[in-house]
Amino acid sequence: MTEALLEIRGINKRFGGLHALNDVSLSIRRGEIYGLIGPNGAGKTTLFNVLTGLYQPDEGSFTFNGIDLFRKKPHVVVASGIARTFQNIRLFHNMTALENVMVGRHARAKAGILGAVLRSRRTQHEEAAIKQRAAQLLDYVGISHRADDIAKHLSYGDQRRLEIARALATDPILLALDEPAAGMNSTETESLKRLMQTIRDSGITILLIEHDVKLMMGLCDRIAVLDYGRKIAEGVPETIRTDPKVIEAYLGVAES
Amino acid sequence: MSELLQQILNGLVVGSMYALIALGYTMVYGILQIINFAHGEVMMIGAMVTISAINMLTAAGVELPGPLMLLAGLLIAAPVTMLLGFLIERVAYRPLRNAPRLAPLITAIGISILLQQVAVLIWKSNPRSFPDVVSQQPIEILGASITTVQIAIVVLALSIMAGLLLLVEKTRLGRAMRAVSMNQPVAALMGVNTNRVIAQTFVIGSALAAVAGVMWAANYGLANPTMGFTPGLKAFTAAVLGGIGNLGGAVLGGLLLGLIENLGTGYLVPSEYRDVFAFLVLVLVLVLRPSGLMGERVAERA
Repeated sequence: MTEALLEIRGINKRFGGLHALNDVSLSIRRGEIYGLIGPNGAGKTTLFNVLTGLYQPDEGSFTFNGIDLFRKKPHVVVASGIARTFQNIRLFHNMTALENVMVGRHARAKAGILGAVLRSRRTQHEEAAIKQRAAQLLDYVGISHRADDIAKHLSYGDQRRLEIARALATDPILLALDEPAAGMNSTETESLKRLMQTIRDSGITILLIEHDVKLMMGLCDRIAVLDYGRKIAEGVPETIRTDPKVIEAYLGVAES
Repeated sequence: MSELLQQILNGLVVGSMYALIALGYTMVYGILQIINFAHGEVMMIGAMVTISAINMLTAAGVELPGPLMLLAGLLIAAPVTMLLGFLIERVAYRPLRNAPRLAPLITAIGISILLQQVAVLIWKSNPRSFPDVVSQQPIEILGASITTVQIAIVVLALSIMAGLLLLVEKTRLGRAMRAVSMNQPVAALMGVNTNRVIAQTFVIGSALAAVAGVMWAANYGLANPTMGFTPGLKAFTAAVLGGIGNLGGAVLGGLLLGLIENLGTGYLVPSEYRDVFAFLVLVLVLVLRPSGLMGERVAERA
């Protein structure tokens, strides 16, 4: 039996009259790549936002790695092991690539404010370790040659990779990627796919939102489909591909 | 020639104090996009507490050389203003974090008036003279005169500013501050405790204000509960001139404003029009280059 890493139960989120998430329940197993697909506005990003503490869900529960994460503050969510990237890239645009990744290490840094100001030996030691780890991660995602460049000057694909490196810097157990392949060409997408597989093989569970159905079918162990805030299907890629409700959500009902 | 040098020296002295205060405005603006108009009053509290502390120490029979006495006063005043800055953020700004931007501006003015009135209750409204602990004997340099206090002001202010820039560029706290100012929700998602970083920003800015307050009072030999208003507004002008949110800009703006004021009143208009000059600068900057000298051009936010 495979253990559930993240249990999402009965999540509801309303924005005024819009029921953005309607009783959504998902269970993500340790070590899998779990895909989330659905038409635009189906609630995929909203689910990420309530999971990571950016929005407050109205009802439901999140249990992650045995911890209750319902309505927790973002930095608490990160500390417990969930990291994410963004659909619209949100880097610290005026910092260097390396500094962006170093910020991600804040979640794991121990030395306090006094040490940071007085530059105690322990802090200096920790800073050096943070810098080294950040450089390793840039290398891992394949952009070490851009380490000292300002983030906003990086190419689009490199910015997406930088976001992944920054998220990995928090030492996540679960990595939530919001459309990492958006705007990439097929070569870039293929290399991103290999990166995601490498990350999974290193022991990190991946929750992935993506529109590229071909990519999803080839990459994910299981897929859930959201439509108008409801989960309409869940299962291995083959069953999702042939599920009539999914086809209907994507293509509309056939005229008879 | 000596006249010009004198005006430049005066400008640098006042300008470095403007710059110290302007840093407080610009740090808070950079991180929260609000103007902390109570900042000038924090500076005033720093000056008043220092005066009381030095008087109490003297009354208690403590004998120290002048500069050490000043330092002792400052070491008592700085924690007070740091606590004050912390409380101002908690009480006046944090509850309004998601409110329209006009709301924290109004609480800022409220806090500012409150602090002035509390100071009047504690210290009465007539000016207090600064204790006679440091020599006001001028030194002659190439025909211009400057006091040791003024030299100390410029040197100390510049070193503090250099220290602050290092803190922001090189340390983890500084990196967190920059991350929060660039994108607060994302910084939180990367594990930065944003509320703590914001509180620390207020605390650091308030410590700088205390230093500036002591300098101001020591330089002019006087302090009173309304003394924070004009330097506060001037420093705000300096921050806008340099590009609000930009630390280097605040330093540049402060020094420039000090020089403009002194050269202007030395050569162009009588010295009663000193303040007119400063605010003329503010108006011109807002009209001609609203993003300031070193500010990034940003799109108008709704």
